[in-house]
Amino acid sequence: MSYRQALESGKFLVTAEIGPGKGTDLSVLLADAAVLRDRVDAINITDMQSSVMRMSSLPVCHLLTDMGIDPILQVTCRDRNRLALQADLLGAWALGIRNVLSLTGDHPVLGDHPRATPVFDLDSVSLLQVIGTLNGGHDMSGNELKGATDLLPGAVVNPGADTEAALDLQIMKMEKKIEAGARFFQTQAIYDLDLFEKFMKRVEGLGTKVLGGVILLKSAGMARFMNKNVAGVFVPEHLIKEMTETKDKVKTCVDIAAGLVKGMKDLCQGVHVMAIGLEKRVPMVLDEAGL
Amino acid sequence: MIITKQKDVAEIRQMVAPYKKVLILGCGICTTFCSTGGPDEVQKLAKDLTAEREDLIVKKGVVPRQCSEKVMDCLDEKAGDYEAIVSMACGNGVQVVARRFPDKRVIPALDTQFIGVEKEPGIWTEMCVACGDCVLGRTAGICPVTRCAKGLLNGPCGGAQEGKCEVSKDIPCAWQEIYHGLKRLGLLDYLKDGVQIKDQRLHPGRMVGEASKPLEGLARWKDYYPFVLADW
Repeated sequence: MSYRQALESGKFLVTAEIGPGKGTDLSVLLADAAVLRDRVDAINITDMQSSVMRMSSLPVCHLLTDMGIDPILQVTCRDRNRLALQADLLGAWALGIRNVLSLTGDHPVLGDHPRATPVFDLDSVSLLQVIGTLNGGHDMSGNELKGATDLLPGAVVNPGADTEAALDLQIMKMEKKIEAGARFFQTQAIYDLDLFEKFMKRVEGLGTKVLGGVILLKSAGMARFMNKNVAGVFVPEHLIKEMTETKDKVKTCVDIAAGLVKGMKDLCQGVHVMAIGLEKRVPMVLDEAGL
Repeated sequence: MIITKQKDVAEIRQMVAPYKKVLILGCGICTTFCSTGGPDEVQKLAKDLTAEREDLIVKKGVVPRQCSEKVMDCLDEKAGDYEAIVSMACGNGVQVVARRFPDKRVIPALDTQFIGVEKEPGIWTEMCVACGDCVLGRTAGICPVTRCAKGLLNGPCGGAQEGKCEVSKDIPCAWQEIYHGLKRLGLLDYLKDGVQIKDQRLHPGRMVGEASKPLEGLARWKDYYPFVLADW
């Protein structure tokens, strides 16, 4: 079943995410993808996450289609103007890519080429609109395409925005994204299910599909790092304590993630698991969560 | 105002090195007010350049503004046999001087930074990128094109932490400021406007409009700027 079919079937969705590395060696990435293949509805391939220069998402997505995996092409507006974005989307369609996740993208100063030109000609909202335009057989300037795309557009939302203003703005932008064509949302990592439930109550009227984000915790140190540095991610102290005190880090990591996935089953329409190097543990998490 | 910053003296010295007679030319508007190209700075640069060059003949002056060819007319006689003009203006001024005196070497003494204001004494911040299509009327007077690090038009990215921009903890998230401003004004609905896309301004910036007002003689300028042509 393709990701679109899964989405339309109403089943509880499971997606995962892999980030290409720096260099041309894809052996680890493809092995990780093989581990995930039969357990998820789609795999996101990130677009130079954290603004660190890596192999681009598009060719990696294409390689996943060769493996029978339905990829979600992550597209940020950081590096390409409207010409390049449209051109890549046409190319993605031709290479068998059917799903696109529209993101603004981190600022280049956060990455390893901090003085690169930040493009942001479009943003996550206008890019969604452009995907709809290409699907409708035209480009942004109204020129007719010989052969249109039929891409499934998705977007992101950060339910953990840490101020009232930030959260209100996230939800307003989410509404805009839906109007611009977003068919599903993947969220930033969630560790507090109560907060997430409140968020879901606020957005349930929007009638869209939300896949709650889960990041596998490697260590207590990683949790503290994310609390300090990753916007909208907050790992509560009791989880940090569990990671610190455990004698079996792998088991605790899997238990925590599985607990979150289980909790989300009643709150939203799917989960988006970001394993960040721990892809081989994802099947364990899904087993334990009963998926 | 155009905000500028002086180049390293070493770099200016290197550019001045081939010449024996130079004119150091300040500008009476922006660079005077941001203390990079007014009479004090002209004096200081003259001192710095002559400190290591006994042979260097320097003439100093400040014109009302360098971004006007009409104002440049007053330099015709003064610039005479000077081989090079060190301009302490923004990039506009430097280019107007260069066009007015095509046979002289024009040396920029400043690096033009941005269009901005002095937020606190000595702290200059960028406020406008001259995008050519002002949105301030719908954003509570806070420019997202300039003050959002990504120039976003449809609301914030997800990168802010505690109300600060992801590029620096010293910069407030422009969109959260816009949110607070619009909320205060009861205009939060503006945030629900349809999808906004900014078209790139055409290159080069060119506008056909009214001609500039005639210059009413330098005497009037002198009333406003008593230091004009200070050294002459």
